[in-house]
Amino acid sequence: MDLLIVLQAGVATGTILLFATIGEIFAERSGVMNLGVEGMMLLGAMSAFSIAIRTGNPWLGLLVAMLAAGLISQIHAFIAITLQADQVVSGLSLNFLAVGLSLVLGEGLSKAGTITLIPSVTLPLLSQIPILGPVFFTNQKLIVYFGYLLIPLAWYYIYHTRPGLHLRAVGEFPAAADSLGVNVYRLRYFYVFVGGVLAGLAGATISLAISPGWFSELTTAGQGWIAIGLVIFAQWDPLRAAFGSYIFGALRRLVLDIQGPMMLFGFPNPFYYNPYWGFFLEMLPYAFTIIVLVIGSREAIRKRLGAPTALGIPYIRGERGL
Amino acid sequence: MAQPDATHPPENVVQMRKIVKRFPGVLANDHVDFELRRGEIHALLGENGAGKSTLMNILAGLYRPDSGSILVEGRPVNFATPRDAIRAGIGMIHQHFMLVPSQTVTENILLGLEEPRFRLQLARYDQRVAELGERFGMKVDPRARVWQLSVGEQQRVEILKMLYRGAEILIMDEPTAVLAPTEVEELFSILRAMTREGKSIIFISHKLHEVMAISDRITVLRRGRVTASNLNTHEVTRAELARLMVGREVIFSLDKKPVTPGEVVLKVEDLWAENDKGLPALRGVNLTVRQGEIVGLAGVAGNGQRELAEVITGLRKATRGRVFVSGEDITNRPVRQGIRRGVSHIPEDRTHVGSAPNLSVTDNVIMKNYNQPPISRGWILNAVAANGYAERLKKEYDIIVPTLQTPVRMLSGGNLQRVILAREISSQPTLMIAMQPTRGLDVGAIEGVHRLLLAQRENGAAILLISEELEELIDLSDRVVVIYEGKIMGEVSDGNVEEIGMMMTGIPQDAIRAGEADHDR
Ligand SMILES: Nc1ncnc2c1ncn2[C@@H]1O[C@H](COP(=O)(O)OP(=O)(O)OP(=O)(O)O)[C@@H](O)[C@H]1O
Ligand SMILES: [Mg+2]
Repeated sequence: MDLLIVLQAGVATGTILLFATIGEIFAERSGVMNLGVEGMMLLGAMSAFSIAIRTGNPWLGLLVAMLAAGLISQIHAFIAITLQADQVVSGLSLNFLAVGLSLVLGEGLSKAGTITLIPSVTLPLLSQIPILGPVFFTNQKLIVYFGYLLIPLAWYYIYHTRPGLHLRAVGEFPAAADSLGVNVYRLRYFYVFVGGVLAGLAGATISLAISPGWFSELTTAGQGWIAIGLVIFAQWDPLRAAFGSYIFGALRRLVLDIQGPMMLFGFPNPFYYNPYWGFFLEMLPYAFTIIVLVIGSREAIRKRLGAPTALGIPYIRGERGL
Repeated sequence: MAQPDATHPPENVVQMRKIVKRFPGVLANDHVDFELRRGEIHALLGENGAGKSTLMNILAGLYRPDSGSILVEGRPVNFATPRDAIRAGIGMIHQHFMLVPSQTVTENILLGLEEPRFRLQLARYDQRVAELGERFGMKVDPRARVWQLSVGEQQRVEILKMLYRGAEILIMDEPTAVLAPTEVEELFSILRAMTREGKSIIFISHKLHEVMAISDRITVLRRGRVTASNLNTHEVTRAELARLMVGREVIFSLDKKPVTPGEVVLKVEDLWAENDKGLPALRGVNLTVRQGEIVGLAGVAGNGQRELAEVITGLRKATRGRVFVSGEDITNRPVRQGIRRGVSHIPEDRTHVGSAPNLSVTDNVIMKNYNQPPISRGWILNAVAANGYAERLKKEYDIIVPTLQTPVRMLSGGNLQRVILAREISSQPTLMIAMQPTRGLDVGAIEGVHRLLLAQRENGAAILLISEELEELIDLSDRVVVIYEGKIMGEVSDGNVEEIGMMMTGIPQDAIRAGEADHDR
């Protein structure tokens, strides 16, 4: 088992979580929690694969996946923002809807044929850097490089641009933003859309690049939930989100690769002899998610972690401030 | 230039006609007419809950009137959003701060603007904000985050926000409520400079002397209706205004009975504490308050008053020193320990610390005794008893509210303060820490609070009164102690305003007295 190869594959796998987590960070920063990430990812994965089979063009699949997930997120936006309903309930419903829709539309898709994958690239100079080169810049899918670009862009956008300032204000103290003429409702719709688009991209990344194909709900295998946990762990910050995503991606790959060799560092490999050890490793991200979500549901702790103050609270114009 | 027009002469920059605004259970504005001339400062007066903020929120585009019309520069306008109002040159400084606590001063000022277009380039705008602040004599650190600022500093950010936008018509909802006397003077000179440039200002305040000093004309509201409009300030007296507002005579002088102070209730020894930024805010404070005594704490905002109140009430950790209440050491103990010892607290920040905005009036008033009979028996809360109790306090403290179930964030500023006062005074405190207890109250209500405080004093409570109103401090207190940068400068018991003023600027009493001695010689 070559550690560099595990890490390289881990970065690729982590790209899925990266897109979904940053998408949810945008939505939550604007004050809307969307628990439908898993469903939106699945819808993205399904539509990307299906379009890629039909047209032979993975890029078109990618685009349609982003649009489809973006559109379906607007149902949640409407219920949570305009109808001012409970965001947890609405997000869960969206999840059921999107999962169901994907399974119905994806019926028979797993045997429908093969697709052209998103191509892999090795960057000329950067791949020569020791350690970083082989892990990040050698033989990675093109889409993984999008991930590298998204991290600093999202970070810069949130903290150093005017729209980012408005995004933060709307999630922290919407009444203040409103009093200065920032359209709270429109921005919240928009960032829920952005969250949907990135979840769709995450789904497409699975089915077109990382583990190509359609395996119904196992395609996403709960990674949407892990992303929601990662948002809290990342304290709503894209840089920390990237860190967490790649770590979990690496862990996911490690689980697959570690069961191969009979000997590990000169010792008999327990993962080889007893598959339950592998299951245990595989469980860790999910267990982490449950723990983070439980801890993060405590108001006081969320506040300390820097959760947007108005997260989960519908904005009603004309009511006095928080 | 706008054409003169018979019906609305151009000197009226704003005309509001027959404005009606209803909220569930209250008619907040009942056919209100209001006009504002170019270059004037027009004061809007009225009791708590009279509908002043509502009327101005309508003008600022935050609320829509149920009926009535608004003309700006003679043209009918219909503001759907605050942005429309800002475009029409109308800027409002709200009574409840409209600042994003987690963002910096500059970020708050840039919020909602077209420029910068995309990249924030904060350093550049920090510079501009600092310059603007300097120009108007307002010292604020543009890079500080709003949650770290004192209420007074936050108010300055609000003012800067509108100055930065270059508003032509400025609505100020009780802007002076949070300012120290010297800051009020500075604000007034800014306002005068602005009117000289042809800007017009609507000024809401409960402080009649301020209104008399700064305004050109006055309109008075009572229970949603206009009781007097466009009075010329120099033709009216304070007493007349008070009567127009409250509908009865207001007695301005206090009846303070002599009380012999009893045992020491609060004893603070060499107390040190840090502020939110982690800088020392209290640096060795010593203080005692005895039974039946009101000790006033004077000082310019942000000199450690808030931190002192918080350490005594258990909301902030002391880094050194001791706090004793009735002989028991309660330094760094849980808040509840103090409450059991009879400590009551009227905090400066009434919307976040003093009350739970989304809870009902009932829930807010029972917050300290919900766990005692008759409101609760064991685990069970008795809703009937709780409501009965709240009903009684509502009558006793004259809280105007549609129902007891109304969330307190709906209450007007003054009424919210009454809810807090009702809770804190009705608990029969042995020690009361009152920070700015009359801020935002109308003249009638202030009279009421002063009476309540004096009654507590006669009942033997020890009261630490923290206020930036020197007049109030001197009238009510038996002794006035002055704090500056976290240190006690000295103590005055004869109401020597000059000495207090000098200590407030950081000259220790010893130095003042020594200076005087030199002079005599
Ligand atoms: N958003 C709202 N929802 C319900 N009732 C409201 C709302 N805003 C104001 N009110 C009610 O309307 C009335 C007028 O309130 P307003 O805030 O205009 O008074 P005010 O004159 O500004 O008083 P104060 O001097 O205490 O600030 C009050 O009875 C208040 O409780
Ligand atoms: Mg008001």
